[in-house]
Amino acid sequence: MSGIAGWNWQLDGWIVVAGVLCAVAAALPGNFLVLRKMSMLGDGISHGVLPGLAAAFFLTGSRSSLPMFLGAVLFGLLTAVMTQWIRDFGHVDEGAALGVTFTALFALGLVMIVRAADRVQLDPGCVLYGAIELTPLDRWTLAGWEIPRVVVVLSVVLLLNLVFVSLLYKELKLSSFDPALATASGFHAGMLHYLLMVVVAVTAVASFESVGNILVVAMLIVPPATAALLTDRLGRMIVASAVLAALSAVLGHLGALVVPVWFGYRSTTTSGMMAFAAGLLFLLAALFAPRYGWLARAVRQHQGAWRILAEDLLAVLYRWDERRPGQSVSREQLQKQLLSGPLASRVVLIWQRFRGRIRPVPGGWRLTDHGSRCGRELVRSHRLWEQYLVSAAGVPVDRLHEEAERLEHFTGEALRQRLGQATNAPRRDPHGTPIPPEN
Amino acid sequence: MNTEQTAGSVEVARASVAPLWVQDLTVAYHRRPVLWDIELEVPRGQLVGVLGPNGAGKSTLIKAVIGLVPCMSGCVRIFGQPYRRSRHRVGYVPQRESVDWDFPVDALDVVTMGLYRQIGWFRPVTRRHRQTAMEALDRVGIADLAHRQISQLSGGQQQRAFLARALVHDADLYLMDEPFASVDASTERAIIEILREMKSRGKTVLVVHHDLQTVSDYFDHLVLLNLRLVAQGATAEVFTRENLRATYGGRLTLLDEATEAMRRGEGT
Repeated sequence: MSGIAGWNWQLDGWIVVAGVLCAVAAALPGNFLVLRKMSMLGDGISHGVLPGLAAAFFLTGSRSSLPMFLGAVLFGLLTAVMTQWIRDFGHVDEGAALGVTFTALFALGLVMIVRAADRVQLDPGCVLYGAIELTPLDRWTLAGWEIPRVVVVLSVVLLLNLVFVSLLYKELKLSSFDPALATASGFHAGMLHYLLMVVVAVTAVASFESVGNILVVAMLIVPPATAALLTDRLGRMIVASAVLAALSAVLGHLGALVVPVWFGYRSTTTSGMMAFAAGLLFLLAALFAPRYGWLARAVRQHQGAWRILAEDLLAVLYRWDERRPGQSVSREQLQKQLLSGPLASRVVLIWQRFRGRIRPVPGGWRLTDHGSRCGRELVRSHRLWEQYLVSAAGVPVDRLHEEAERLEHFTGEALRQRLGQATNAPRRDPHGTPIPPEN
Repeated sequence: MNTEQTAGSVEVARASVAPLWVQDLTVAYHRRPVLWDIELEVPRGQLVGVLGPNGAGKSTLIKAVIGLVPCMSGCVRIFGQPYRRSRHRVGYVPQRESVDWDFPVDALDVVTMGLYRQIGWFRPVTRRHRQTAMEALDRVGIADLAHRQISQLSGGQQQRAFLARALVHDADLYLMDEPFASVDASTERAIIEILREMKSRGKTVLVVHHDLQTVSDYFDHLVLLNLRLVAQGATAEVFTRENLRATYGGRLTLLDEATEAMRRGEGT
């Protein structure tokens, strides 16, 4: 850490702590916003608290009073309630109702803040992206320790959110998955919804001074959305989202100190970099997540196609060996037989050589003993299917080959055995070619 | 709204026997009535089919019974009690499309949810609860899929998981919203097998159903709905051409289907 220019444990240490507390506190309820497909409501609430904050500035002239906290939470809740009202009475969709509510409240709050700024020490810019860098300056003394006020507040909120999520874990799970059953089972889904909204509002207000009104939504939504890509169990998703949130905070502050320096600038805002780091982690997960990532899906999609191409290669070589024993086949000939492109045929040859199924010989390629066994299984499946399709399903002979060509790739030993029984263990297929015996 | 006084003592006495007893039930969405003046009495220990065209209020009836949609007027009694006092005696199977199957839970989690009411507020799910849920999954024949994320189940397997979720808490009245909708033939057989077994243990099962072909085979008692109650009673008496015409009136394809089903029914 001391290698980083200007790192100071007294300052940077507390900034990172505040960032981690804020990010984890937001991620916990954020999971349920994401799962209920209410991410934008989190955004709305974090904006909607602004008039409450501004009103408190007006009334008390300070930034750290309890009434201000409560007033802001009240306005956050009001956002959720008003959205519901406008949706129900205005017959508009949720998105439009939310758009109307939170822009109106946010604009009102901004106007009030700008007016208040004349009398109170308050920068409207801080409203947007917070002032986490000022964390270490304003300290409380608790039991002989000097702890920044923001850290104390965020610790309390994190603790509350932990209690909320663990105590109501199963209730939140049920009402997020199946609100009708939740209500029918006596866990009133509407009540749980508003309880979640209160928690989101409290978190948004507490995070306001650190990451501001705009960026708190990144902390609410992005780590859970990333976690959802990494796992498909709720418990693991919540834990993963907390870890990712903490990671975003640490990376965010380090990034704010280090990255701009590389390009010859002074360090930038930590909260902005926290949101950016969270977004970067999301991007990484979207690309490389083990099951739901882009890469994994692309591989899965192509895997089947590659397997079939490789099996076709072995079958072609086996048939070639039947007709002209001991001869090699050139890549060009194989490519023509497999109807594949030059790149694909090269790749599949290298792959199968690596698997020990084929070997290069002068003038081309031949099957190894292992490859020959694989090829024989495929050819046996193919010819058994042809026999079966003729004798049992009455498929015309001219359509046999393509049907069998598809089926052979999905036929294991057990199925071959049943095919053999169903066709009375034939020695030749309908074209008169001998069917090779099982290995 | 206060219908407890309006229900006469005789009705209340009868209501105390019936698993489900509904009087003067009217439900409206945005002031447009979707159920009018429904009167019902469902007999104990029977498989009851609820039939009607799309938009006839079949799902709404179930939702109104368990308080998921507000009633404009009317009185619902389950074993003589209002729903909030008889919750523990009712199992509910919602339509499969009503939930998000990408939700990060596995089949066992879904079934365990059926026990949440019994577990109660704040208390965690224990190993014993999971054991009970596992047995229910076994009953519907998908115990081997317990730890699969639910989007990786087929439609039929999802429906079985929903059924297991209702089975897991031992209710007396089951309300099922289209459990046979788009399931494979083997799942349909498995479900009806389970329903019959439930009936033999004295359970009452109310099923919203679409397929007129199977009505007389599956159900003892029918409720024919089209905003209003068209008819109710024993299947043999109620499942008539006139009643079906009144229920599905005007919808020619459905009427043809109904007539076809009738013809088959009379043939056997």
